[in-house]
Amino acid sequence: MNSQPDNDHQQQSDNGCNHQIPNQNHKSEHGDRPGMQALPMPVPDPPIQYTKLFISNEWHESCSGRKIPVYNPATGELLCEVEEADAEDVEKAVRSARAAFQMGSPWRSMDASDRGHLLNRLADLVERDRLLLATLEALDSGKVFLMAYFVDLMATIKTLRYYGGWADKIHGKTIPVGDGQRYCHYFTYTRHEPIGVCGQIIPWNFPLMMFAWKIAPALCCGNTVVIKPAEQTPLSALHMAALIKEAGFPPGVVNVVPGYGQTAGCAISHHMDIDKVAFTGSTAVGKLIQKAAGDSNLKRVTLELGGKNPNIVFADCDLEYAVEQAHSGLFFNQGQCCLAGSRVFVEEPIYEEFVRRSVERARSKVLGNPLLPGVDQGPQIDQKQFNKIMELIESGKREGATLECGGSPWGQQGLFIQPTVFSNVTDDMRIAKEEIFGPVQQIMCFRSVHEVIQRANATHYGLAAGVFTNDIDKALTVSSALQAGMVWVNCYNAMSAQCPFGGFKMSGNGRELGEYALQEYTEVKAVTIKISQKNS
Amino acid sequence: MLRTVFSRALPGLSRLSVCHYSAAAIPAPNIQPEVHYNKLFINNQWQDAVSGKTFPTINPATGEVICQVAEADEADVDKAVKAAHNAFRLGSPWRRMDASHRGLLLNRLADAIERDSTYLAELETLDNGKPYAVAYTVDLPNVVKCLRYYAGWADKWEGKTIPIDGDYFCYTRHEPIGVCGQIIPWNFPLLMQAWKLGPALATGNTVVMKVAEQTPLTALYVASLIKEVGFPEGVVNILPGMGPSAGAAIAKHMDVDKVAFTGSTEVGHLIQQASGSSNLKKVTLELGGKSPNIILSDANMEDAVEQSHFALFFNQGQCCCAGSRTYVQADIYDEFVERSVERAKRRVVGNPFDLKTEQGPQVDQEQFNKILGYISSGKREGAKLMCGGGVAADRGYFIQPTVFGDVQDNMTIAREEIFGPVMQILKFKSLEEVVTRANDTKYGLAAAVFTKDIDKANYVSNGLRAGTVWINCYDVFGAQAPFGGYKASGNGRELGEYGLDNYTEVKTVTIKVPQKNS
Repeated sequence: MNSQPDNDHQQQSDNGCNHQIPNQNHKSEHGDRPGMQALPMPVPDPPIQYTKLFISNEWHESCSGRKIPVYNPATGELLCEVEEADAEDVEKAVRSARAAFQMGSPWRSMDASDRGHLLNRLADLVERDRLLLATLEALDSGKVFLMAYFVDLMATIKTLRYYGGWADKIHGKTIPVGDGQRYCHYFTYTRHEPIGVCGQIIPWNFPLMMFAWKIAPALCCGNTVVIKPAEQTPLSALHMAALIKEAGFPPGVVNVVPGYGQTAGCAISHHMDIDKVAFTGSTAVGKLIQKAAGDSNLKRVTLELGGKNPNIVFADCDLEYAVEQAHSGLFFNQGQCCLAGSRVFVEEPIYEEFVRRSVERARSKVLGNPLLPGVDQGPQIDQKQFNKIMELIESGKREGATLECGGSPWGQQGLFIQPTVFSNVTDDMRIAKEEIFGPVQQIMCFRSVHEVIQRANATHYGLAAGVFTNDIDKALTVSSALQAGMVWVNCYNAMSAQCPFGGFKMSGNGRELGEYALQEYTEVKAVTIKISQKNS
Repeated sequence: MLRTVFSRALPGLSRLSVCHYSAAAIPAPNIQPEVHYNKLFINNQWQDAVSGKTFPTINPATGEVICQVAEADEADVDKAVKAAHNAFRLGSPWRRMDASHRGLLLNRLADAIERDSTYLAELETLDNGKPYAVAYTVDLPNVVKCLRYYAGWADKWEGKTIPIDGDYFCYTRHEPIGVCGQIIPWNFPLLMQAWKLGPALATGNTVVMKVAEQTPLTALYVASLIKEVGFPEGVVNILPGMGPSAGAAIAKHMDVDKVAFTGSTEVGHLIQQASGSSNLKKVTLELGGKSPNIILSDANMEDAVEQSHFALFFNQGQCCCAGSRTYVQADIYDEFVERSVERAKRRVVGNPFDLKTEQGPQVDQEQFNKILGYISSGKREGAKLMCGGGVAADRGYFIQPTVFGDVQDNMTIAREEIFGPVMQILKFKSLEEVVTRANDTKYGLAAAVFTKDIDKANYVSNGLRAGTVWINCYDVFGAQAPFGGYKASGNGRELGEYGLDNYTEVKTVTIKVPQKNS
């Protein structure tokens, strides 16, 4: 998320953009010394301390005795085995979360400011373990270590701190009610209460960051949580569980149950005693979650789903900058972003030059072991994703797009795919319609503002969009016309804890981050008291 | 004040023994804490006064000089304003800093104060005379909480986008006002500093703060922590000095964009005038009070007596929100007075470093004399002195806990702010009567009502003209809840989200667009 490097106090990063991590100055969270710092290095042979289910602040084996094998996608090697939660374990976790949510429990009777303080303490612990967590994240998900360190970990810490600050600022209101009757006088106020037990199901592309996005607003509002990390990437979430306990959250407030979607995830979304479910993942599974809520107890649902995000580049923009932004907007995190700018619409006069430079930029990418310095693209997460991406690349070729570079697997082992650029892509091709979730860039040509708005919006997704232009009228016209939860003007992937995130249409339901996310984790109670006489 | 902290800091104590501290929970104080800083803090540097002048700061428990402190006057204020102005220029490190990082610095400051709580509590007691146990369990934790609270606001103080008519796009930016002059009193030196710095810094202003000449020491130590945690130069400047010189220079300075003052109503008038005759700087004022505390006959007697005692005597009676007009319903009046006298007689007055002490000395000779003068006027005007009324020690500024019964609304002690350990108990018959009498004052800071009846509670709390109303409690403060006065008790609100308004300029930006769409 805040992929924007922090603007250091003395030196401005003039590109105002993201992901070009190693050559930016990063102020440490503790100070603001400008200048170069030695780049962080991964922890060699990091210990994997936590492999069990975390319920009631204790480590549990799964009821079934089954385990999930966890692999390093860069090598295919088995890292460890983790306890596999299914319905029975979810049941235990929900009971624990429900107990923690009882009236009069330590968690319910805690001062809101103390909830905030616990979140701040958790942020401090994440900061303390930042190298280890970034290493685990890189090993487990295949993402580039420096990205994990600078983007994922920074975002995690900042999100926890941000919501730490909200805890005692979630205000109800007093409301001047009246029914017009002379003898009825009332005093009305609202309380913003936590919803209760929240099921949270998170994906594998940003395991730690998604964990923070989910638990931080939930906890700051006073809910309790049963969270299921993805089966591909449970390790950082389990380390977080240990930190949650260390920070001093009462037992049962957060329960972490690694497992598969069809079993543990399904149990959460169908559970009659879960009051709310939040899911980040594919649109296909998002539909299942919504259905499960309808089939069970009408639990509240928030969804953050897929995208096929338009990134619109006008001829009047700063070309070099736009090429770089469009490149990182797609290739960041091996293309495994719901936000990926996977439909790059380029205005006709600069189309060929844009394609040429984008290909050049894609060819310069360094693939390899994500723990090594200098590498800027790691492997895809697993064989299934790898196969899907390769199949879509084939469809692109078959349907007549021009393969400008890449298009094949890379290396002797691991799940690497060459950075791939397609030009002459038309809107009806599968690669222009389906979410690829891999390092495959589609570049299309457009002629008019009106045309590009129509084409950009012609999708059932509506997550994010970008527009590059120096013309203020174009910028404002396009940004207000795009059907997307986030629109970036002359930047891409510029996210921060303060700014809401979520999708129009089938990209989701509700918003995460910012003040808006608090609504997703609160029930409003209006209390009305009869009084003897009203006065203004 | 800040009742909530008592119960949090000292769990297990009954509400009636809030002033009896458990020695185990509080570290033993060093009764001679070393003074590390006694100069002006400008641009993150320690400086002597331009004039070279110093003044003595006194230990009110003994009347002895603790040390000399550099005395700021107009020339120093000028230097500090220049530093603050420079720190506020466009493109400065402070202006370019992420809002979240401002918040992080405030959190770090809170952490550093928490780390040094024992020392700061000792220093506060030495300089101000308040019981160390109170400084440690009330003032310090609330300082930390206030800073943490505003740390959280730094990146949540959001402007809006606004659907104005026409083909326009309109949004607001919440910008800092600029250089803020802040003048704080001696009764809660650290806490008032935090109340002022928290919102000003969270919103991105720079500060020139004048601390009271009676109690400059803890503020200067906090200045060192401000530097330690990494606030850029010039963001906070702290000047010990006198009101008529340094305070006046701030209030009339043409380059100070806003002034916030906590202190007497008399000086509040001067501040407002100075703004009017200089640059119309924004003014917020937290001033005096003569706060009514209304006890209905259905209240829990024991609790109401204890709360009313606390409401008045807390901090040696040196609270702007002191419940200094205790209105008691006629049918319980005599018993209430009797029990209040009993409670006042039990009040432990003495060495503020002693953990058993509930009441230390008044802050200085001037206040001491003024309070004794009010006690004389009470006797002269016919109130019934039920206990106390005299000096409590042969050195230092100690005054006996004093209770007056049969007080009438027109007596001086029922109209003027005494700011000392002198309780006035008045009698009333009906709700309508007591609301009218309670509101018959130029002040409007705080008020309380004690009753079990929900209708009466709502009636009285709605009818009182006061910025804060407590029901079945008193002096309950939280950083989250706004505090400030109606009428001559002030202007604006501190704490809570409301406190941010006083440190913000709203800028409306309107952009022409080719075509508007919803």
